Amino acid sequence: MSEFWDLTIRFFSLADANVRWVVAGSILLGATAGALGSFAYLQRRSLLGDALAHSALPGVGLAFLLVGEKDFMALLIGAAIAGWLGALAVNAITRHSKLKQDAALGIVLTVFFGLGVVVLTHIQKTGAGSQAGLDSFLFGQAAALGERDVILLSIVAVVLLSMVALGFRSFTLLSFDPGFARSIGLPVRVLQFVLTTMIVLAVTIGLQAVGVVLIAALLITPAAAARQWTDKLSTMVILAALFGALSGLLGGWVSFLAPRMPTGPWVVVVISVVFAVSILFAPKRGVISRLRRHLRNRGKVAQEHILKAMFKSGYPERDWSGYQHVSDIDSMWSFSFREMARGLRRLEKRGLLERSDGSYRLTEDGVVEGARVIRRHRLWELYLTRYLELPGDHVHRDADDIEHILTPEMEAQLEELLEHPEYDPHHQEIPRIGREASQ
Amino acid sequence: MSPDLWVLITGILAAVSCGVIGSFLVLRQNAMLGDAISHSVLPGLVLAFLITASRDVLPMVIGAAVFGVATAYLTELLDRTRHVYRDGALGIVFTLLFAVGVILIAIYADQIDLDQDCVLYGEIAYTPWDVAVIGGQSYGPRAVWILGGVLIANVVFILTFYKQLKICSFDPAMARAVGINERFWHYALMTMVSLTVVAAFESVGAILVVAMLIVPGATAYLLTDRLSVMLVLSAVAGVISAVGGFYAANWLDASIAGSMAVVAGVLLAGVLIGVVIGRRLAARKAVAAAAAAMGITRM
Repeated sequence: MSEFWDLTIRFFSLADANVRWVVAGSILLGATAGALGSFAYLQRRSLLGDALAHSALPGVGLAFLLVGEKDFMALLIGAAIAGWLGALAVNAITRHSKLKQDAALGIVLTVFFGLGVVVLTHIQKTGAGSQAGLDSFLFGQAAALGERDVILLSIVAVVLLSMVALGFRSFTLLSFDPGFARSIGLPVRVLQFVLTTMIVLAVTIGLQAVGVVLIAALLITPAAAARQWTDKLSTMVILAALFGALSGLLGGWVSFLAPRMPTGPWVVVVISVVFAVSILFAPKRGVISRLRRHLRNRGKVAQEHILKAMFKSGYPERDWSGYQHVSDIDSMWSFSFREMARGLRRLEKRGLLERSDGSYRLTEDGVVEGARVIRRHRLWELYLTRYLELPGDHVHRDADDIEHILTPEMEAQLEELLEHPEYDPHHQEIPRIGREASQ
Repeated sequence: MSPDLWVLITGILAAVSCGVIGSFLVLRQNAMLGDAISHSVLPGLVLAFLITASRDVLPMVIGAAVFGVATAYLTELLDRTRHVYRDGALGIVFTLLFAVGVILIAIYADQIDLDQDCVLYGEIAYTPWDVAVIGGQSYGPRAVWILGGVLIANVVFILTFYKQLKICSFDPAMARAVGINERFWHYALMTMVSLTVVAAFESVGAILVVAMLIVPGATAYLLTDRLSVMLVLSAVAGVISAVGGFYAANWLDASIAGSMAVVAGVLLAGVLIGVVIGRRLAARKAVAAAAAAMGITRM
C-alpha cells in the first residue's frame, strides 16, 4: 500500500523526467483528440478515426519497406499519407455513389487494412528486414514513447489545438449547417478538407501512444460525454478536451503503477466511465434527471386530476364547503392508490386542500386552481372544434393531455382568440372563478 | 484434394455467407457493426480461455458470441436514449470492450498464451490441416463444415423471412404500419450477423470476415435497387474476391485473407468508376438528345 502511495506521489509530482514526458504527451493527445472528435461526432462521422487508424497500416508497411529500419518519423509520415488517402477515398465514395458514410468507412477500413496485411506479410516472407517493433507502433504503448517521440507528438498536438481555436467559428458552421456555411461564402470543401486532415494527424500521433483500435475511442467517447452536459459547441469542445486530457492523465498513472499494464486500454476505460457518469447524471439530458422529471410530471398530472374531480363535484351548486371522504374522491376518477395518497398529501401541503379526519375539501385557492384546470381543458376543446374543425366527440382526450401543459400566457391567448367564450363544445360552462379577481 | 483447393473453398464459403448477410447491414446503414464485433469479442475469448483453461473452440465461440450479440444490443440501448448518435454509440461500446479484453490479457499474462493481435483468430492458410475427425475417419477441413453450416443457416434465414427482412430494411415505418415487429427482426438480424461473424472468425480471421461483410454487399448495392438481385450479386462479388485474392496472394507471396480483401476493394472501385462513367455518358446523351430535339446541333 505504501508503495502505491509512493508511486502515485512520484507520478503526480512529475519528479521523473520520463513521467513528465508521458504525462505531457497523454494529456495533449487526449485534449486534441477530444476537441477534434467533437466536430466529427456532430457530423456523425465518429468512426472516421477508426477507419483512418486502420488505413494507416499500408503506409506504415511501405515506409518500413522503403526506409528499411524502424524510423519513427518515416513511419509517422507513411501512416499520415495512407490515412489521408483513406479519408479522400471515404469522401469520394460518399460523393459519387449512393453508398452512405458507414459503408464508405467500412470499405476503406477493411480494404486498406487488408492491403497493409499484404504488405507486411510480403515483407516478412521476403525477409526484407525484421518487423519487430511495428507491433508496438500499431498497438500502442505510451511508456515506450521516447523523448523525441513525445516532443514531436506535443508539437503536432499544440498546432492542431491552435487551429481548432483559430478556425472555431468556421468549423462550427461546417458541422451544424454546411448549406448555410456555403451560402455565406465559406469555402466548405476546403474547410472539410482541413478538418479531415487535422483528424488524420491526430490519429497518426495517437497510433503509437494508444494503438489503432483505441485511438477511435479518444475521438468518440469524450465528445459524446461532453455533449450530455451542454448544448453549446464551444463548451462541448472544451469539455471534451478536458475529458480527453483527464483520461490521458489517469491512464498514464495506472500504467505507471503497474508497468505491465498497457496505457491505451486504461485511457479508454477511464473515458468510458466519464461517459457513463455523463449519460446517467448530466442535468437535463441525463437518464436519471429525465426519469425524475417524468415522475414529477406524473405527480403534477395526478394532483390536477384530483383538483379537477373535486372542483367538478361542487360546481353545480358552487359550493365546495363539504368534506369528501377519500373513497368518494377515488370513485370520481380512477387514480392508483399510491398516486392519490401522494397527490392528496402534496395538495394539502400546497394549501389547496384542507383535511379533517380522512376527508378533504378544497380551500379557496384550491377552487381557483381546479377552475383553472377545467377552464384550460374546455378552452382547448373549443379551440380544436372551432379552428381545426374536429368533431366535438374527438377533442376530449387531447384536451386531457394539454390541460396540464398550457401556460397562463397561452391560456390568455386562447381567451383572446376565442373572444372569451362562455361555453365549450359540449355546452358546458367555462368556469372563470379566480379569473375576475386577477383581471 | 489438394490443400490449395480447400483454402479456396473455405474462402468462397466465408465470402458468400458474409456477403449475403452483410448486404442487410449495408442497406440498414450499419456497416461498421462487423468491424465493431471483430474487436469487442476479445473479452469473451479471454474469459472463455480463463474459465475452461484450454483453447477449445466451442467455449471460445460461445464467449465470443455472447459479447458479439451484447455489442449490438448495447449499441441499440444507447441509441434508444436518443442522446447519443448511433455511430458514436457503436464506437463507444466496442472500444471499451476491446480495452477490457486487452487489460484482462495483461492481468493474466502469465496464464494466457494469447496476444492481442494474433488472438484475432484463425488464419485461412492453415485451414486444410485442421480436419474434422469423427471415429477415426477424416471428413475434410473443419472450417469447410463450419462455414458451410453458416452459409446454409444464413440462406435459410433470409429465404424464410425474406418479406419481413426486406420491408424492415427499406421502410421500418411501413413495417410497423402493417403489423411487423420491426424491433424483433432487427434483433434477429443482429444476432444472425454476430453468430456469422464469430463462426467465420474462428476459421478465417477477422480481416477477411469484416471485409466480406461490407464490400461485396456495397458493390452489389451500386449495381441494383432490388434486394433479390443485390443478394445474388453480393454472392457473385464474394466469389470473385475470394478466387482473385487467392491467386493474387500466391503471386505476391503474401497474406491470403489480406489479398482477398484488396481484390474485393479493387472490384468495388472498378464498379464504382464504371457506374459514375455510365451515369455521365447517359447524362451527356440525354443532353444531346434534348438539344437535337430543339434543333441545336452544335453547343
